[in-house]
Amino acid sequence: MNPGIDLQGSFIQILTDLGIPAGLAKAIWMPLPMLLMLAVATVGVLVGVWLERKISAAAQQRIGPEYIGPLGILAPAADGLKLIFKEDIVPAQSDPILFTLGPILVVLPVFLSYLIVPFGQHLLITDLGIAIFLWIALSSIQPIGLLMAGYSSNNKYSLLGGLRAAAQSISYEIPLALSVLAIAMMSNSLSTVDIVQQQSSYGILGWNIWRQPAGFVIFWIAALAECERLPFDLPEAEEELVAGYQTEYSGMRFGLFYVGSYVNLMLSALLVSVLYLGGWEFPIPVETLAGWFGVSETAPWFQVLAGVLGIVMTLVKAYLFVFVAILLRWTVPRVRIDQLLDLGWKFLLPVALVNLLLTAALKLAFPVAFGG
Amino acid sequence: MNLAEGIQIISFGILSVALIGAALGVVLFSNIVYSAFLLGGVFISMAGMYLLLNADFVAAAQVLIYVGAVNVLILFAIMLVNKREDFVEMPNAWIRKGATALVSLGLFALLTTMVFSIPWEVSAVATQANGSIVTIGEHFFSDFLLPFELASVLLLMAMVGAIILARRDLLPDESSTPSEQRLMFEQLPERPREPVGSLQGSARDR
Repeated sequence: MNPGIDLQGSFIQILTDLGIPAGLAKAIWMPLPMLLMLAVATVGVLVGVWLERKISAAAQQRIGPEYIGPLGILAPAADGLKLIFKEDIVPAQSDPILFTLGPILVVLPVFLSYLIVPFGQHLLITDLGIAIFLWIALSSIQPIGLLMAGYSSNNKYSLLGGLRAAAQSISYEIPLALSVLAIAMMSNSLSTVDIVQQQSSYGILGWNIWRQPAGFVIFWIAALAECERLPFDLPEAEEELVAGYQTEYSGMRFGLFYVGSYVNLMLSALLVSVLYLGGWEFPIPVETLAGWFGVSETAPWFQVLAGVLGIVMTLVKAYLFVFVAILLRWTVPRVRIDQLLDLGWKFLLPVALVNLLLTAALKLAFPVAFGG
Repeated sequence: MNLAEGIQIISFGILSVALIGAALGVVLFSNIVYSAFLLGGVFISMAGMYLLLNADFVAAAQVLIYVGAVNVLILFAIMLVNKREDFVEMPNAWIRKGATALVSLGLFALLTTMVFSIPWEVSAVATQANGSIVTIGEHFFSDFLLPFELASVLLLMAMVGAIILARRDLLPDESSTPSEQRLMFEQLPERPREPVGSLQGSARDR
């Protein structure tokens, strides 16, 4: 395995060549990937909102946004501008501190989770040893923000929505964690980079989806439930609860919830592609491709090309799942709250446990195929 | 002092202030919902402390279990219990408060003497950054095997108990037949309705 491009190393090298001390060069480097990741997440939200509008329009045989920029591409930007300039109302007899803190607590952990999303061998902020576990832990903070928003709004629908959101979130976290555990068992690591590398040897045939089909389905269902996407959007079910915990919010505070939900959807899609579809890997290993064309793997232009290909592959896979999620929204009816909890506790949890046990047994029996 | 050490000291200061402030808030706020939310702040600050000690796995587990599960459960309990009882000032409340203060001060003195009397040996071996999870696993399956297994048996017992309690059909029916139960539900008195605005107002006026 060749080291690939090391952006950090070369950036610091350039700065030290200019006569800046190494420590300072590293300090200058540090905020750059974080800002870049923030920008990526925000642009991802804009694209996601645009896709949502266009695909839902297509599903309903409409045209969708048309005049705001070519193909309505500026529609999400117009949405954002509208939310920024809207009056920010705090309802009477609500709790202003908790009312403000709620949306922040919902958005912050999601953005923080982008810390661990890899777009290439070295194209991530940190390669933590506990990366996937950190994501699960951070996503468990969200229900507190939702409860806070629901409680402080001084509205019965909001409180019900907040309670539903928290119940849904904690009950689907367990199947989610169990299906991730099966992957971690196979790749002997919780680091996202290691998980992708373990899938990388045979191209598309080595991806985890072939070894973990049940785990993949469980993870996807649980991720949809965690993102509160249809068919699991009970916390904000319009017909029952007005808009759940978001009822009383307007302006940018509502905007935070809105951004948070799309960033979360994007994050889940990225993590599905990392965990089950080989992350940044091309269906045919890049090394094999290089061998066919007789190109040296260490040629600089080839490295750059491979890096770009990695980013494109990650995004393509992620947006495939975003597309599926949006299509599901317009094809599947909403489940009831008791059906939701039944599905989580009585079906997904046992199936995920069996899947984990089977993975462990297969790992002992066929250590070659299941990462012994 | 280089950059990393400076950041460590500053974050230690911020975390300590946040931890102590949030903990004081948990105890001193009369509004129980504020206390519950601040408890989450205490747990998060603790996780930050663990991070400073290079225990990344413990920090993440702290957030997952204490913030994500325990604190949410507490909040759930508070928000689902619809008890509208005005807080009555108890007679002789100072006895209880005084006893609490005494116990807390005693515990504080005990812990302080313990901290100062133990010769803390900081190991010179540098801990590897990403290896804490492997080290913990090795300990679980060698010298801490018995406590680990006992804890898992305890959790299994709790899980079986929860399942038995949740599945009422496994319990033998004692007295009431289904029709009697339905009768009982129909006879439950309906709560008197109040204007929406009074829900929070009365809670905060307390």
